[in-house]
Amino acid sequence: MANHAPDQNIYYVPHGSKWPLVGSIGLFLLVGGFANLMNGNRTLGLPMTLAGVAIMLVMLYGWFGNVITESVRGFYNRQVGTSFRMGMIWFIFSEVMFFAAFFGALFYARMLSVPWLGGEGDGVATNAFLWQGFEPAWPSNGPQSIGGEFGLIPAWSVPLLNTLILLTSGVTLTIAHHALKAGNRAQLLIWLGVTVLLGCVFLFYQAEEYIHAYRDLNLTLGSGVYGSTFFMLTGFHGLHVTLGTIMLAVIWFRCLKGHFTKDDHFGFEAVAWYWHFVDVVWLALFLFVYVL
Amino acid sequence: MATHAAHHDDHDHKPGFVDRWFFGTNHKDIGTLYLLFSLLMFFIGGSMALIIRAELFIPGMQIVNPEFFNQMTTVHALVMIFGAVMPAFVGLGNWMIPLMIGAPDMALPRMNNWSFWILPFAFLMLLSTLFMDGGGPAGGWTLYPPLSLQGGNSMPFVIFAIHMMGISSIMGAINIIATILNLRAPGMDLLKMPVFVWTWLITAFLLIAVMPVLAGAVTMLLTDKFFLTSFFNAAGGGDPVMYQHIFWFFGHPEVYIMILPAFGVVSEIIPTFARKPLFGYQAMVYATASIAFLSFIVWAHHMFTVGMPLGGELFFMYATMLIAIPTGVKVFNWVSTMWKGSMTFETPMLFALGFVVMFTIGGFSGLMLAIVPADFQYHDTYFVVAHFHYVLVTGAVFSIMAAAYYWLPKWTGVMYSETLGKWHFWLSTFFVNLLFFPQHFLGLAGMPRRIPDYNIAFSDFNMWSSIGGFGFGLSQLLFAWIVIKSARGHGPRATAQVWEGAKGLEWTVPSPAPHHTFTTPPVIDDRVLAHGDVTH
Amino acid sequence: NPEPWQLNMSPGVTETSRMVYDIHMLILWICVVIGVLVFGAMGYAILKFRKSKGAVPAKWSHNTTAEIIWTVIPVLILVGMAWPATNTLIHMADTDDAELTVKITGYQWLWRYEYVGTDVNFVSKLDRDSDRTRMLGSGLNPADVRTGDQNTYLLNVDNPLVLPTGTKVRFVITANDVIHAWWVPVLGWKQDAIPGFINEAWTRIDTPGTYRGQCAELCGKDHGFMPIVVEAVPREQFDAWLAQKDAEAKAAATAANVPATGDALAVVQ
Ligand code: HEA
Ligand code: HEA
Ligand code: CUA
Ligand SMILES: [Cu+2]
Repeated sequence: MANHAPDQNIYYVPHGSKWPLVGSIGLFLLVGGFANLMNGNRTLGLPMTLAGVAIMLVMLYGWFGNVITESVRGFYNRQVGTSFRMGMIWFIFSEVMFFAAFFGALFYARMLSVPWLGGEGDGVATNAFLWQGFEPAWPSNGPQSIGGEFGLIPAWSVPLLNTLILLTSGVTLTIAHHALKAGNRAQLLIWLGVTVLLGCVFLFYQAEEYIHAYRDLNLTLGSGVYGSTFFMLTGFHGLHVTLGTIMLAVIWFRCLKGHFTKDDHFGFEAVAWYWHFVDVVWLALFLFVYVL
Repeated sequence: MATHAAHHDDHDHKPGFVDRWFFGTNHKDIGTLYLLFSLLMFFIGGSMALIIRAELFIPGMQIVNPEFFNQMTTVHALVMIFGAVMPAFVGLGNWMIPLMIGAPDMALPRMNNWSFWILPFAFLMLLSTLFMDGGGPAGGWTLYPPLSLQGGNSMPFVIFAIHMMGISSIMGAINIIATILNLRAPGMDLLKMPVFVWTWLITAFLLIAVMPVLAGAVTMLLTDKFFLTSFFNAAGGGDPVMYQHIFWFFGHPEVYIMILPAFGVVSEIIPTFARKPLFGYQAMVYATASIAFLSFIVWAHHMFTVGMPLGGELFFMYATMLIAIPTGVKVFNWVSTMWKGSMTFETPMLFALGFVVMFTIGGFSGLMLAIVPADFQYHDTYFVVAHFHYVLVTGAVFSIMAAAYYWLPKWTGVMYSETLGKWHFWLSTFFVNLLFFPQHFLGLAGMPRRIPDYNIAFSDFNMWSSIGGFGFGLSQLLFAWIVIKSARGHGPRATAQVWEGAKGLEWTVPSPAPHHTFTTPPVIDDRVLAHGDVTH
Repeated sequence: NPEPWQLNMSPGVTETSRMVYDIHMLILWICVVIGVLVFGAMGYAILKFRKSKGAVPAKWSHNTTAEIIWTVIPVLILVGMAWPATNTLIHMADTDDAELTVKITGYQWLWRYEYVGTDVNFVSKLDRDSDRTRMLGSGLNPADVRTGDQNTYLLNVDNPLVLPTGTKVRFVITANDVIHAWWVPVLGWKQDAIPGFINEAWTRIDTPGTYRGQCAELCGKDHGFMPIVVEAVPREQFDAWLAQKDAEAKAAATAANVPATGDALAVVQ
C-alpha cells in the first residue's frame, strides 16, 4: 500500500503540513496589527500588519506550492478533485452571502430607512418630530446631509465601460478554457493573458472613478448612507477583482510552465468560477448601484 | 482500495508530538483538539458566568463595577457560543462523521487543521481585550450600535476575532459538506446516513449561509466607527435597527446551528438505549430541513419591540410559531422511539432524556416569546435569559455531554465510571434547574436582563439562581475528572460495540478507534447500520 | 411593581395589559398541558418499557397515522394562539384619537419627558438614595431604600412622569445617544427608543397609582440604573398639575430668556 502511484481508487490522505498553523499566526498578526492601526497605535500596528502580510504570502505560496507539486506528480485522483471542487463552490457561495449583507443594507436604506426618515409609511412621526423638512429621495446622505453635497457617477459612462470589460473578460476566459480542453496551449496563453489584462483595465478605471468621486464629486465613504453603500459594495467588489486578477495571473504562469492537462485542471476551473462570480456580482452592482 | 498516506510508510504509524497535534491532518486528532478547546472555553465562559452570578447573588453592588459586569455578560456569551458550543459540535463531527459514513478522513484534511488553529488565536485576541485600556466589549454579544460603537480600544480586536471565528466555521462547514457528499462508502445512500450526519450536513449549509452575513454586519460596525460610513446612523440616512436585521439574519439560524447537531446526537443515543430503531427516520430528516429553512425567515422575532410595521410583526410571529411543528415532530418521534422499547439508563441516555424534557421546556418558552403582544412584556427580561439557557445549556450542552459519554469509550478504549457519570447527570440536572428555572419568575416579575443590580423584590430567586450556578459549575469539575481519567486510559476496556443496542459503522471499528480507519471502504450491511429505517 | 416571591406577570392596570396577561396565561396553560401529555407519555415509557422489567423491543419504526395527527393538532393549537395575539396586536398598534401626546427621549442614563403642545419638559433620573446605595462597596443596605412601605431601591426617580387616568395617552419615543427601551410592566408593553427614529405607543390607565419600570435595552454602564416612574392621577388633578407646570415653565423661560425646550443637557446640568 505504500507505493506512491496515482491510483484512481486510492483515497488520498495528505501528510501533515505546517502551513495551517503558519497561516493562523499570519492571520492573527495581520488583523491584530490592523486593529492596532485603527486604534492609532502605529508603532505596534505597522510592523504587526506587515509581518502578518508577509507570513500570509509565504503561507499561500508554500501551501499552494505543496498542493501544486502533489497535483503535478499525480497524487490526486478524481475523488480529491471532487472535494476540491465542492470546497470552491461552497466558498464562492459564502462570498455571495457576504455581498448579500451589503446589498441588504443598500435595499434597507433605499426602501425603508430613508423613506421613513422622510415621513413616508410608518415614518410620519419620525419626520414630524425629528427631521421636519427632510425630503426622502435616493441617492441620499440623510437628513443631516452627512458629508455635504455630492455628485453622482452616471451609469452610462465608465461603469458601463467596466461592465463591458468584465463581460468580455468572461468570454475571453471561456475561450481560454476551451483552448485548454482542446490542448491548444498557445491559444490558452493568449486568451488567458487577455483576461488578465482586462482585469487590470477594469481596476484602472475603477481607481480613476474613485479618484474622480473623491476629488471632483465630493462623493466619499462619508457621504451618508449613499456613500457608505456605494463604496462598500464597489470597494469589496474591487478587492475581489484584484484577488481574481492575481489568481488569473498565477494561473497564467502555471500554464506557461505547462501545468494543467486537458481533462484535469481544477486550479484553472476554480479561478474561472471565481472570476465568473466576480462578474455576476458586478452585474448586480451595475444594476442596483448605478442604473436604478 | 487503500489509503494513500503519502510519506507514511506505515499507515498506522503515529507521527511525533508536534507533527501530530500542530501539523496534523488526522480527523480524530483534530476532533480531539476541537473538543479539548471547547472544554477549556466552557470553563472560561463558565467562570465569567459565575462572576455574573456572584454579583447578582444579593442586591447591591459588591464585587465588580457595572462596566466590568457588562463585559462579563458580553464575553461570556461570545465565548460560550463561538468557543464552547460550536467547536464542540465541530469536534464531534470531525471525530464521528468519517467513522459513521465509512470515510478514511475528512475531505480536505489540511484545511481542517487550519479551521481549528484559527480558533485559539481568535480567542486569544478576544480575551486579550479584557486586559486593554477601557476593557473588553460591553455592548452585549449582539453588539448593537450605537452602543457598541462607544467601545474603547477593544472594538476592532473583537470584530476581527469574530471574523476569524467566521472563517474557521466556514472552512469547517465546507469540509463537512464535502466529506458527507463525496466520501461516503459505497452503499451509504443519503437516506441511510445516521441522523447525526444528516443534521450536520444541514447545519453546515446554515453556517456557510450566515457566517458571512455576520462578517458583513460587524464590518459595517467597523467602518461606521473608523471610516465615516453611516450605515447605522439616522442623520446620514441609515438606521440602527438595520444592524439588528442583518445581525439576526445571522443570529437566528445561528441558534439552530447550535441545536440541530444536538438533535442528531439525541437521535443516535435514544434508539441505542431503547434498543429499537429510530421512529420516523425520514420525518426526522425532513423536519431538520424544515427547521433550517424556516430559520431564515423568522429573524425579526428578536426585534418585536423596535417598532416594526404591523405587517412585519405579524409575519414574523406566524413564521416563528411554525417552527414548533417540525420541532414537535422530533420530540414526538423521540418519545415514540422509547415507546415499546427495552430501555436502559446509562449516562448518555440520562443526558439524552434530560435533553428531551428540558429542551422542550425551553422550546415552550420560545413559543411564548414568539407571541408578539406577550413578547412586548417578556422581551429583554430574565424570561428570555431562562428561555435561551434552557435550549442552550440543557439543550446544546447536555447533548454534547451525552455525546461525550456515548462516544468516549470509542475514543479512549475504556469505559468511564457509570457511577460518577450518573452523579454528574443528577447533580447537573438538579442545579441547572435551580439555576435557570427561577429566572422565568424573575423575568415575569419584571427583572430586565443585563443589569448588575436589582430591587429587593428580586433577591430570593436570584439567590437560588446563583446557588444553582455555582452548584452546576462545580458539578462540571466531575465531568472534567471523568474525561481526563478516560483519556488517560483508566477504566475497564471497552468492546468494539460498547453498547448492547448500538448500531452503525462507528461501532464496527475497534475501541479505541485506530489512528486510521476505513482505509478500505467498508461493505455496508444494512443490518448494522444506524437506526435509520432503511426499508423505505 | 415587583413583589418578593412574585411568580407571574402582573395583570396590570390597563385594558391592554389585561389582554396581554390573558394571552400570556392562555399560551402558558397550553404549553403546560402539552408538556404534561408529552412528559407523561415519556415517563410512562420510561417506567414501563425498561429492560430490567423484561421489556422486549418492538420492531416498528413508523406510523403514518400518528405522524399526521401530531402534525395537524399542533397546527390547530397554533392557530388558536395566533388568533387572539393578532387581535391584541392590532389593538395595541392603533395610536389614533389620543387626547395627550408625551414625547419620551432616552439619554445615557436618564429620561426626558415633554408634554407636546405645552412647555412642560423635564428629565427624570434615579433618586439620590438608590444612587448612593448602588455604588460599588457603598456599605449601604439596599433594603433601607424605601418609599412608604415599599422598597424602591433602583425603582425610584426624582421627577416621575405624571399621567391622567382614563385618558388615551400617546407616546412618541426616541433616544438621543444609544438605544434604550421604555418599559413599565403594568402598562403591558415596552417600546425601544431608537436614536433618529420615533416609535409610537399608547396607554389608557384605569386606576390612579404609582407604577414603576426600568430601561429595558442595554445602554451602557448605568443601564441598570435608569428607572421609570409613572404617577397616574385623576384627570382634573392632572389638568391642574399640567397647567401649573406649564405656567412655571413659561415664566422661567421669559426670566432666563431662553426657550424652555432648549438643549436637553442644559436642563440636566
Ligand atoms: C439553541 C438555541 C435556541 C433554540 C433551539 C431556540 C428555539 C426557539 N426560540 Fe429562541 N433564543 C435563543 C436560542 C434558541 N432559541 C437565544 C440565544 C435567544 C436570545 C438571544 C439574545 O437576545 O441574546 C433566543 C430568543 C428568542 C426570542 C426573542 C425573545 C426576545 O428577545 O424578546 C424568541 C421570540 O420569538 C425565540 C423563539 C424561539 C422559538 C419559537 C423557538 C423554537 O425553535 C422552539 C420550538 C420547540 C418547541 C415548541 C417545543 C417542542 C414542540 C412540541 C412538543 C410540539 C407541540 C407544541 C406546540 C404546538 C406548542 N427565541
Ligand atoms: C451556549 C451558550 C451559553 C452557556 C453554556 C451559558 C451558560 C451559563 N450562563 Fe449564560 N448566556 C449566554 C449563553 C450561554 N450561557 C448568552 C448568549 C447570554 C446573553 C448575553 C448577552 O446578554 O449579551 C448569556 C447571559 C447570561 C446571564 C445574563 C447576564 C445578564 O443579562 O446580565 C446569566 C446570568 O445568570 C448567565 C449565566 C450562565 C450560567 C450560570 C451558565 C452555566 O451553565 C455555566 C456553567 C459552567 C461553569 C460554571 C464552568 C465550569 C466550572 C468551573 C470553572 C469550575 C469552577 C467552579 C466553581 C468555582 C463553582 N448567562
Ligand atoms: Cu437606558 Cu438601558
Ligand atoms: Cu431566534
